[in-house]
This record gives sequence, C-alpha cells and structure tokens, in this order.
Amino acid sequence: MRKLIEGSMAVSESVRLCRPHVIAAYPITPQTHIVEFLSQMVADGDLKSEFINVESEFGAASVVLGASAVGARAYSATTSQGLLLMSEVIYNIAGMRLPLVITIANRSVSAPISIWNDHSDVVVLRDSGLITLFAENAQELMDIHPQAYKIAENPEVSLPVSVNMDGFILTHAFEPVEMLDQKFVDEFLPPFEPVHKLDVENPITMGLLAEPTWYMETRYKLKETMEDAIPIIENVAEEFKEKTGRWFGGLIDTYRMEDAEIAIVGMGSLIGTLKDVVDTLRAKGEKVGVLKIRSFRPFPKEKIREICSEINQLVVFDKSYSLGLGTILQEELRACFYRQKHQPLVSGFVVGLGGRDIPPQSIIDCYNETKGKEILDEFVDINEEAVGRR
Amino acid sequence: MAETTKKRKPKPPVTESLLTSGHRACAGCGESLGAKLVIDAAGPNTIVTTCTGCLEVFSTPYPESAWRVPWIHSLFENSSAVAAGVEAGLKALGKKEGINVIAQGGDGGTADIGIGCLSGMLERNHEVLYVCYDNEAYMNTGVQRSGLTPFDTHTTTSPSGKKSFGNQHPKKPLLEIVAAHNIPYATSATVGYPADLQLKVKKALKEKGATFIHLHVPCPLGWVYNTELTIEIARLAVQTGLFPLVEFKWGKVTRVRKITRERKPVEEYLKHQGRYRHLFASEEGKKEIKKIQAIADANIEKYGLV
Amino acid sequence: MSKPILITVGPGTSKVNKTGAWRTLMPVFKHDKCNDCRICVTVCPDACIFGQNNVYNANLDYCKGCGICAHECPVDDIEMVLEAK
Ligand SMILES: Cc1ncc(C[n+]2csc(CCOP(=O)(O)OP(=O)(O)O)c2C)c(N)n1
Ligand SMILES: [Mg+2]
Repeated sequence: MRKLIEGSMAVSESVRLCRPHVIAAYPITPQTHIVEFLSQMVADGDLKSEFINVESEFGAASVVLGASAVGARAYSATTSQGLLLMSEVIYNIAGMRLPLVITIANRSVSAPISIWNDHSDVVVLRDSGLITLFAENAQELMDIHPQAYKIAENPEVSLPVSVNMDGFILTHAFEPVEMLDQKFVDEFLPPFEPVHKLDVENPITMGLLAEPTWYMETRYKLKETMEDAIPIIENVAEEFKEKTGRWFGGLIDTYRMEDAEIAIVGMGSLIGTLKDVVDTLRAKGEKVGVLKIRSFRPFPKEKIREICSEINQLVVFDKSYSLGLGTILQEELRACFYRQKHQPLVSGFVVGLGGRDIPPQSIIDCYNETKGKEILDEFVDINEEAVGRR
Repeated sequence: MAETTKKRKPKPPVTESLLTSGHRACAGCGESLGAKLVIDAAGPNTIVTTCTGCLEVFSTPYPESAWRVPWIHSLFENSSAVAAGVEAGLKALGKKEGINVIAQGGDGGTADIGIGCLSGMLERNHEVLYVCYDNEAYMNTGVQRSGLTPFDTHTTTSPSGKKSFGNQHPKKPLLEIVAAHNIPYATSATVGYPADLQLKVKKALKEKGATFIHLHVPCPLGWVYNTELTIEIARLAVQTGLFPLVEFKWGKVTRVRKITRERKPVEEYLKHQGRYRHLFASEEGKKEIKKIQAIADANIEKYGLV
Repeated sequence: MSKPILITVGPGTSKVNKTGAWRTLMPVFKHDKCNDCRICVTVCPDACIFGQNNVYNANLDYCKGCGICAHECPVDDIEMVLEAK
C-alpha cells in the first residue's frame, strides 16, 4: 500500500511494526513528531509498548538501556543537544553490548543554537560503538528500521544502531511511501533473543569495573564486533531486497558509477540532490557517479576501495566539520586509500551547516572547480563579506 | 545457656548472603554492610541497578562479582533511570510479577548528579525501591564533599583550615525532597539498626510504586574512626538527632523513631570521628559544635523525636 | 551463543578473592556465653560468619578483621586478637 506521509510518520509506522516493548524519548525539534506519533499509537492501542515520558534525553537513553538489559526491545529518538546529553549513555550501551535502535533527526549543535539540519550531532559519537546508518528518503526510513533491529539484535553484533535522517528535510517532508505490513515485519524480524540479560533464574552481573588487565580486551572485542557487523549489514539489506525488491544500499549504494571516473560522495538526503547533479553532468558528457555512504560506522573501507578501483577522484560533501582537522567524511575516505595501490584524488567541501540550503548548482560549481585538483576545507556558499574571509 | 536453647526450635544454619564474601570493601565498611542487609531482606527474586561509586567498584571488579542476584551498573548518575527501564521492560514482557527492582547509589550519585533521573523515576512512580547509601561524601574518589556532607565536616574538597571549619552547607534535605514526590513510601534507615532497616526494605517492596530508603552508612576511612565502631557510630547519629529515622507515606510523616530515653549530645557522636577533630581543637571549634547541636535540636523539634 | 565478549560474569565469583589476607586482628569466637542471637552474623560486612546452635565462626578466608562482630556481641563472646602470621 502506498501512502503520502511525513518522514516522521514513516519512521513511527516502521517502528510500530517492529513492536518495541519500551519507548523512552524526550521532545526536541525536529525529532518531536516521531515520538508524538508513537505516543498516539500507544494511546490508541495500536502499539503495545511501555511509553516512558522521561525527564531528559540522558534519562531516555538510560531507560532504554535498562529495558534492553532485561531482554526487551527498546527504542528512542533524539537529535543534536539531546544526542549530546545521551552521549555518555550511548558509549555505555555499546560497551555493555545492549542492542536497541535510536533514530536521530540530524541537527546542528549549539552554539549558536540552531534547530536546522547538518550532521554535527552524530559524528560526535563516531567512536562510541554505535552502528550509524544514514537514510536518504522517507521510503528508506520505512524500510530501514526493521533492518536496524535485525542488525542490532544479531547475536554476533548485539550493539545499538542509530538510523540517521536529516532534520526537517526528511522529518517534516511528505513523500509517497510503500508501507510495510505487520506480517512482513514479523517474518523479517524475529523476536529479540538477547545474548545476555538480567534474569533471576541466571543471575549474571553486568557493567563491571575493568582494571588495566581487562579493559583493552573488552575494547578489542568491540573492534572485532564492528568488523563482524560489516557483512551482516550488507546481508540484512540483501535479504530485505529479496523480499521487497527495494534497495537503498547495504554499506554503501552507488548511482551511475559503472564507467565513472569521478565519484561525488555524501550521506543522507543529500544523495537525492547528488543524483540530480550527476544526471545533469552526465548529460554534458561527464563521467561521474554518486557514492552514497549508508553505513558511516562501521566504515566500509574495503567496500569503498573496491567500488572506487577505477575512480580517479572523490568529491566529498560533508555536513559536518571537525574543528582543528577538516571535513570528517573526506578525512576518513582519504585515510582509506592511504598506501593503497590505487589512490584517487580526494576533495572535501563543507555544505549545509545549520540548515544552509544546498542548491544543485553549488555542487556543480564545486565539481567543476575541483575536477582534476584537490580542494579541501571549502565552506560552500558562505557569506564571504560577513566572515571577512582572507 | 544450654537450658534456654533446648526449648527453642533451633534456627536453620546461616546461609550464604546474596552479597557474598570476597568483595573489596574496606574492613568495617558501612556501605557493604548496608547493601548486604538490603539485598538479603529483598531476597533472590530481585534485579539490582547500581550507580558508579564505592559499592559498584568494590563488589564488581571484572571478572569477579560479589552479587548473587542479577545486577547491573551503568553510570554514576542513572541507576534510577536504568531501573525504570528494567521495570518497564519486565512489565512489557509480562515478567514483572514477583520480581523486585532495586536501584541504588551513593549520596553523590543520588542527591547530586543523579537527582534528575531519580526525580523522574519517582514522579512516574515506577515500581522500584531506590536505596541511597549515604556515607556523606564522594568516597570512591577520595572523600570529597557532596550535597549530603553535614555542616562543619572536613572532606578533601571542604577541608578545615585556618579560616574554615570545613563544609559550610547543611545536609540537603534529601528525604523530604523525595517524599515531596508523593510516593507511597519513603523512609530513612541506618545500619545502626539492622532489623529496622530490613523491615523497611520488606515494607517498601510490598508497595506498588516508587519507594525510597535513605540509608545512613558510616565509612571508617572517610569519617576516620576505628573499624569496629561502624554500628555504634550509626546508632549515635540517630540518638543525637543528627540522622532522624522518619517514615513518610504519600508525602506525610507516619512514624518516627523516638529518642526520648537514649538522646545524647552531639559531642558523643562527633568525638569518635577524625572528620570532626578540628572542632575539638579550639574554643571557636566548640562554638561550632553548638551550631551542630542546634541542627540536631531542630531535627528533634521538627519530627517530634522526644 | 556467539563469541565471548568479556563483559559479564556469573554470580558470587568474588569468592576467589581471599580478603582474609588483609587482616591484622582476628576474631576468636569463644563459644562460651553465646546466646544464639546471631547479631554477629547480621553485622558482618563481609558476610563471612556462619554456624548454628550457639556455635558461630568467621570464615578466615574472607574475614578482614574489622571487629564489628566483637564490638556488637551483647555477651562478649568474641575477642579480637593479634594474629600471628
Ligand atoms: C559523570 C561522572 N562524574 C564523576 C565521576 C567520578 N566519580 C565516580 S564515583 C564518584 C563519587 C561517588 O560518591 P557517592 O555517590 O557518594 O558514592 P560512594 O563512593 O561514596 O559510595 C565520583 C565523583 C563519574 N564516574 N562520572
Ligand atoms: Mg558517598
């Protein structure tokens, strides 16, 4: 069944079909619609979940941690300041190997306070053990949540998974969406069987203190698990494709990359714009395609190298910036080709911070300017006069 | 003795505690004693969440745990929220019936950094018993002042010195703050009166809602006294009026432990403890003791302890 | 189940840690005036006093020698003595 719905509704419907036992979340723009819809579903009896109205995002993350620890399927959603307030708990959830899903309506981080989209929030957690997936449109948001739970709850993984969606651009936009149904999701996503849980029949201790003799081993296991998650993310997407015919990528996705010499790279809703840009450039005879990074953590290095084996240049558009270093996705892509046989040129542009519009023409201009030469750290479309640029 | 025991039915042999031996608490630790009394009163069908702090560190250094019930530690400030999630998860799975959920933390984890999560858990009235182990400072990090450190107490961040008698703020009224959430049951208790404490644990666990025990647990290391005095000092805190034992139901005081016959001046309590040594060293210090006596008198007056 | 993840442990595994080694004073249970009140059992922070019928003893593998049992014994039937090690 196809329906015209808001991105936040696509998320809520998809989450409802995953039958979470416990939902805990706190309002923050632009995530709020998601939890409003979910609480209405609970109020109407369409969703049988314990919906906990917590006192903060820190509390929300802690509540879902506790729920997952007893073997309940748990869900939360947040953004920006809320995610940063959760950050201590997210590290903890990952370290304790507690699977759950959290949707992040990506938004910039204060100061100055801004409610609009970029990726500055989730990149802060890139070292936390949180599996980080980016969705590109409302249909993918519908499809990705059962996949996210399936990845999280795989006993070889048992980690939290975040589904990232661009704030406003996806949360508040209406798109036609092919709806999933309960029967499908129930078959696709089996009940949660935790690898460990708090149970009076088998009273284990969780969350121990690790002295220097043990801490490194626990982190090593996390590293290994993140690597193990790589094929699992891909397989889950493949399985979903087999059953629905829909494919938004596994670890990555590509568009018109077959004979491409240059790849334009991005994450999230920007992919739609990049595809349009590529169509325009192709019409002018440019050999260019889109590389969509769907799994930002784990970062699929091998897969990227494989896909880019014939690519001369990557032009990366980042919606975040690591102050004192550079554009984040670009740095990571660059690192992934270091001392490899094939080393494409890598350029990095900063776009859309704090919700700045990203006109396709700006992307095309960047492309034309950087084609064949490396450009880094370029803040696209800033007011040069206002910043008094050197 | 033989004659009297003959008539009584023999008690069964002592069994292993649910917080068992081999933990690394200091000798004479009031917090470990309190935790043992609480979990043994609660029984094996209990899931426990614990804040970061001495209790967590001494009982669960990997790969050893002293707990014989399902137990989880997450962070310094969230054992109440984790417990809320445990309770909600059990309810959603249809497994809550017959299972107690206890959240615990130190005075710092409870009254300072964790008070937001605690307040949320209480206000939503989760079926969770929260136990605050009040040793009146951040002991795990080396005896720093908390919001529950008493007036004129020497700690490493509120030291006494040439110009100070130590912590200048009175103890935060944690129990009143908790009780004001209008929860079914909130009480203070102490390791000084173990039977009273265990009765209160059982009472709390019978309620279908959030309950709270503010548990006074002397710390030989941080309070600087000889290890064998833990219980005696805990009793003296009650008998001087400095740690009143008060029970609240739905926000109203329903019972207090009277100290009419056992009432003692505060010096009796303070003199055993190195953290108050500075008060006995000068005439000014003696005046400070009068201020502490006034705090005790106000407690006694407020709760009608005599 | 999957590979070990080294972050949970079983119940009561602390017993490998023989804290009795910390002790300087040792409780001697005299078994003379014991009235079977079990206060010593209740007040032991290390949960290491066991027994029945007026005969109680500390498990010296774990007893840290804090002396609370001796101090609280209402009939003075426990004595702390310097341990010759
Ligand atoms: C967010 C955070 N801040 C600070 C700490 C450091 N810390 C760990 S335990 C502790 C003190 C614990 O004091 P309390 O809660 O009173 O428990 P106690 O150790 O006295 O039993 C502190 C400050 C931490 N672990 N996490
Ligand atoms: Mg403390």
